Amino acid sequence: MKPKNQRLVLVAAAIVAVLLAVLLAMWGLRDRASYFYTPADIAIGKAADGQAIRLGGMVEAGSIVHQSDGVTIRFRMTDGQATTSVLYRGIVPDLFREGSGAVAEGRMQSGTFVADTILAKHDERYMPPELGNLSAEHKVGKTLEK
Amino acid sequence: MIAETGLAALWLTAGLAAYQLVLMLLALRFDLPVSRSIRAVAVVQGLLSLLAFAALLLVFARSDMSVALVFANSHSDKPFIYKIAGAWGNHEGSMLMWVTILAISGALLALFSRKLSERTLIAALGSQAVLALGFYAFLLIASNPFDRLFPAPPNGQGLNPLLQDPGLAFHPPTLYLGYVGLSVAFSLAVGALLTGEVDGRLARAMRPWVLGAWVLLTLGITAGSYWAYYELGWGGYWFWDPVENASLMPWLAATALLHSINVLAARGALKAWTMMLAVIAFSMSMVGTFLVRSGILTSVHSFAIDPERGTFLLALLTIYVGAAFALFAWRGATLKEGAPFELVSRETGLVINNLLLSVILGIVFVGTLYPLFVEAVSGEKMSVGGPYFNAVAGPLALVLAVLVGVGPLLGWRRERRPVLRVLRVPALLAVTAFVITIILSASISLLVRFGFAAAAFLAASSILPLVRRNPLRTPLATWGMVVAHFGIAVALVGMAANAAFTSERLAVVQLGETVKVGPWLVQLEDVTPTAGQNWTATEAQLRASRGSGPISLKPQTRYFTDPVTETNEAAIDTFWNGQLYTVLGKADPSGGWQVRLWWKPFVTLIWVGGFLIAFGGALALGGRLWRMRTRGPAAASWRRERYA
Repeated sequence: MKPKNQRLVLVAAAIVAVLLAVLLAMWGLRDRASYFYTPADIAIGKAADGQAIRLGGMVEAGSIVHQSDGVTIRFRMTDGQATTSVLYRGIVPDLFREGSGAVAEGRMQSGTFVADTILAKHDERYMPPELGNLSAEHKVGKTLEK
Repeated sequence: MIAETGLAALWLTAGLAAYQLVLMLLALRFDLPVSRSIRAVAVVQGLLSLLAFAALLLVFARSDMSVALVFANSHSDKPFIYKIAGAWGNHEGSMLMWVTILAISGALLALFSRKLSERTLIAALGSQAVLALGFYAFLLIASNPFDRLFPAPPNGQGLNPLLQDPGLAFHPPTLYLGYVGLSVAFSLAVGALLTGEVDGRLARAMRPWVLGAWVLLTLGITAGSYWAYYELGWGGYWFWDPVENASLMPWLAATALLHSINVLAARGALKAWTMMLAVIAFSMSMVGTFLVRSGILTSVHSFAIDPERGTFLLALLTIYVGAAFALFAWRGATLKEGAPFELVSRETGLVINNLLLSVILGIVFVGTLYPLFVEAVSGEKMSVGGPYFNAVAGPLALVLAVLVGVGPLLGWRRERRPVLRVLRVPALLAVTAFVITIILSASISLLVRFGFAAAAFLAASSILPLVRRNPLRTPLATWGMVVAHFGIAVALVGMAANAAFTSERLAVVQLGETVKVGPWLVQLEDVTPTAGQNWTATEAQLRASRGSGPISLKPQTRYFTDPVTETNEAAIDTFWNGQLYTVLGKADPSGGWQVRLWWKPFVTLIWVGGFLIAFGGALALGGRLWRMRTRGPAAASWRRERYA
């Protein structure tokens, strides 16, 4: 092959590779990206059953109930407008408490959010940004930080 | 005084960087003989930034709370090593470390580069100065690490306990050395594009930098993965967290560059493509820095939530990447292509390697940035994680792993020998591995089965380049390649075994009760309080046995007061065939304790593999540097490389 033709082939291959990457990514993102919802979004039916999503809000005070096996908990997550019931089997993260913020990964199953993972803030100064301005407590936390 | 000295050094070195840039422009525009002075300036600039960084280390070591940064990130009763590590466990300090490494790389380039033409070296030093200048400006304007507090508070706010771990002391510096080492490849590419001297000589000068940066990136990623594995207590080794991706993307680009640069060095081909990759690799480092440091992500790694800094970094990123691509577009087409090659040849193999790596890089890039894009456009918040990356990039990575075994068997320029014939043994092993997974378990996913098969194929084919060769006369670079490729197979076995054979047990256990996980019987003997220098903890004593003598494990939940935090300290015991991983949870009202246990067969191979990959790179680097020293630049011509 002449060097010039060879370069054309290489350029074509590179373009095909870029297109392939973008197409594959688009195809993968269509059903594998998980949206972030709050209980209010769940209440108006934004999340279909079985679709992987993330749910964020405050853990409602007095709502955590331990199941008899000791490692499953049921609690309610709220954003001030609506509440969602959450079921989680596992060890809750270190700063998971009633009245503070959390993000749960999982899916809706007949009205209950079944969580695979629960993320809480790492320390008293950290808050998942998704929870943005959900609570007054958070705002107080923010001011303290400054 | 120390803080002021550091700040003064930072201003001075910024001034020198500007001077370095002026010298470069004079040299390129008016052919002034500046090569001696620009080298000297680059060296002094590196030393001054080192001085600034040393000043920062010193104020942290002395717990000087009158420095705002120390106050916010340290505490006087922290262990000494974390006081030091605290210097880069925060936004400003880590940016100072970044630019210090950048300046020192520039100094080393100025000191030790003998192979390059003077013009290209001067242009590269100029480019390095431009990079440094931007980050100096960022530090001085938006993130001054030496800001004072008045009056000085009595004590600091402490460091995030998750980061108080020996891993932290080495993980970020290693990654940074890798990230920033790529800046030299970037500058050399920019310099060569400016002067038009893109040739084998440039490739041979650039190669040690790429190899070195790549080795450190590999080590950093491996160490970071192990850190996340034992420190987070989730039992996973890779979470596709955007910050992890931020380190993976430069690694993918550097891996591609590492391979294409060999084509340029040996055959003078793939000129434009290699320059492009050098630009992309460091751009990815900067994208990673932007993602991590702008506070745009939710992560343990993001320190700052400050729009001004994010905008500043984004502006820097846009200018540098944009300018480099513009330069590439302007000069890239004028490059002459080198020696042609036929369809079946080492070159084609390396081109395919590069294309696959680029596609994987593209997939990771799109997946990482997509949530930011969606949120900016529609305001909807989303995340992209394991399901996407594994399903989309996983199969491609396996195809690549198989081809890794084939490529090195091909000769340069054209391959007429029947190469496929020697691959019969590896192919047979792959089929055997696949069949064994079917016999062992019916519940393994297809991707994992192919993972085992690809690993078997690669493990066998990667050592073929050594067959029928005198091991003592085989160049170190070839040994390095074999070790690194074999390391991929080892890591792949670890990942596949972890996915296929992990047993997990989550239960509430009463004192004295025994639970089973995999082949292990684990008994909860006692739970007691304990304490360390700046924490208190609840500690469980576990007794685990599987036939032979029992071992004891002590997982803890630690409580820190400054800042108030709890962390889980997993207790992990390593055996030749896997790891027993135990985590202590919360107390149960019934008087028992939550315990989470994993038996992870062969999981350690993931990091052993990562280490082998890095070690292979180090061998190759050693071989290249040795050859340069002993034979001088002229002798390392493509003729010798042809047989390497």
